Amino acid sequence: MTEAVSLREAYGKTLVELGRENPDIVMLDADLCRSTMTQFFAGEFPERSFDCGIAEQNMIGIAAGLAAAGKIPFASTFAVFVPGRSYDQIRMSIAQPGLNVKLVTTHGGITVGEDGTSHQSVEDLVLITSFPGFTVIVPADAIETVQAVRAAAINCGPFYIRLPRPKLPLVYDRSYRFQLGKAVTLKQGGEATIIAIGVMVTAALEAAANLKRGGIDCRVLNMPTLKPIDKAAIIAATETGAIVTAEEHLEHGGLGSAVARVVARHHPVPIEFVAIKDTYAKSGKPGQLLERYGLTAKDIEQAVRTVLKKKGG
Amino acid sequence: MALPKRMNPSSVTSAAKHKAEVFSSSASLKEMEALARRIRRHIVTMIGKAGSGHPGGSLSAVEIVSTLYFRILKHKPQDPQWADRDRFILSKGHAAPLLYTVLAECGYFPVAELATLRQLDSRLQGHTDRNLTPGVEMSAGALGQGLSFAIGVALAGRLNAQSYHVYVLLGDGECNEGQVWEAAMAAAHFKVDNLTAIVDRNRLQLDGWCCEVMDSEPFAQKWRFFGWQVIEVNGHDFTQLGRAFSRARKIKGKPTVIIAHTTKGKGVSFMENNPDFHGKAPTAEEVEMALRELA
Repeated sequence: MTEAVSLREAYGKTLVELGRENPDIVMLDADLCRSTMTQFFAGEFPERSFDCGIAEQNMIGIAAGLAAAGKIPFASTFAVFVPGRSYDQIRMSIAQPGLNVKLVTTHGGITVGEDGTSHQSVEDLVLITSFPGFTVIVPADAIETVQAVRAAAINCGPFYIRLPRPKLPLVYDRSYRFQLGKAVTLKQGGEATIIAIGVMVTAALEAAANLKRGGIDCRVLNMPTLKPIDKAAIIAATETGAIVTAEEHLEHGGLGSAVARVVARHHPVPIEFVAIKDTYAKSGKPGQLLERYGLTAKDIEQAVRTVLKKKGG
Repeated sequence: MALPKRMNPSSVTSAAKHKAEVFSSSASLKEMEALARRIRRHIVTMIGKAGSGHPGGSLSAVEIVSTLYFRILKHKPQDPQWADRDRFILSKGHAAPLLYTVLAECGYFPVAELATLRQLDSRLQGHTDRNLTPGVEMSAGALGQGLSFAIGVALAGRLNAQSYHVYVLLGDGECNEGQVWEAAMAAAHFKVDNLTAIVDRNRLQLDGWCCEVMDSEPFAQKWRFFGWQVIEVNGHDFTQLGRAFSRARKIKGKPTVIIAHTTKGKGVSFMENNPDFHGKAPTAEEVEMALRELA
């Protein structure tokens, strides 16, 4: 396992680089600059930084106004507050007009850990993907984060990027080239396909390695762009005859739902969903929570075995 | 869904836009009063024809919005995206019929188009849509969002060293929304002085008198305590409004709010101070009666 690197820090540093390259990049935060790592940008570009205090709805509106006047605002807070606390503001001030606002949230999912339910965003992906026209990215490591943030900066339109609180092992090396809207095949395999996102990508690779030792050869896809989703990669995955999705989100409305829609329409094969099952999590260490709520490599392995039993002959 | 477009840094300005002129009007007070009556006739007629809409809060702000577009704003009806234009943001998006009428009267689109209000495929949606209607700055209708948006536009102007001024019209009922006060706090904190808010203080909201639904008094005091310069005027008096706008533009270091005291449904006797006409269209007979009063 490679060393763990902070995705938040990767974001914060990339934002500073973008700020140096483009004077139209501006930053907004809601009193979490030190946690989201927008503090680096605030330090170098105080005049382009707007800490809106603990007022997320207003932050969204200001970001929309800045974008309407030609700026490229990056607005950050915890994933539980954007989109959750500011849903209607995102809807009418950003999504409907299709304004060029970049929402980069941190502390996504349950790996926030000890802070508990109030700080664990398990619904942000279903909320944000519900908006027409939003591009939604969940990077798997720091290297992908840098490139996803850069992609958001140079492509016009509303973006949402969800980052976790903990450092994550690197999935990629420096040669990796993130492509917007494209899945990445991390491992070839013919018996089933594991499609994972964010924190779950490393677990998916571990599961696939374990399964291979047991004689089951799985394909592993990372699906960093949740919306618009890579339909071609999903349709191609149906050739393996069985799919398992893995995400740090409610089963309802996240990666699993998006994959199932494509599969059901184009080439139905059995799918199993590794996700949080219609519940809120509790305080605990990230690792304990992943185990308690069924989001480990073991859970993915179990899901593969289950889906293989349903696989047609 | 398609992937987003790569941004194109070079924007080509068409020759037509180069020729577009800054709007100017030398309308006298009498002519402005006649204009206000004409705007009111359009509002009543278009909402009557649409069969739904919000006449009360459109009629109350006629003098506010027409003063801005005819006497205060630097704008180019032939080039709605002119980068240096002053911005008017309608936060109380249900007054869309008023904004559409004033935009049409200025030449943003034909007056005849007002008859398409709320029809399928019309550019004139029930509430404003910035992607559809020339001159509309914000998609509004979900109350409470305009002041935040206006702060963003004003901050961008400041960062770009542009001299445009941003005006945003709120309803007094709209000020029930918590986001308005988040924004009020932020505008003062960021010292946004290229921003003027106007509150259409007609004292009525859908469910009745504001003071009975959700009392916001002392209203002016609240804005002062949030760090704003407050100017109170009769919102139907062109002279008072013009003076207030000029004064607001000179105040530096803090935002200004003009609390414009108005009458909901102004100009149509049976709509005045009548909450029934907050969000109800007049019948054909009522349109006739209203047009007689506004002749």
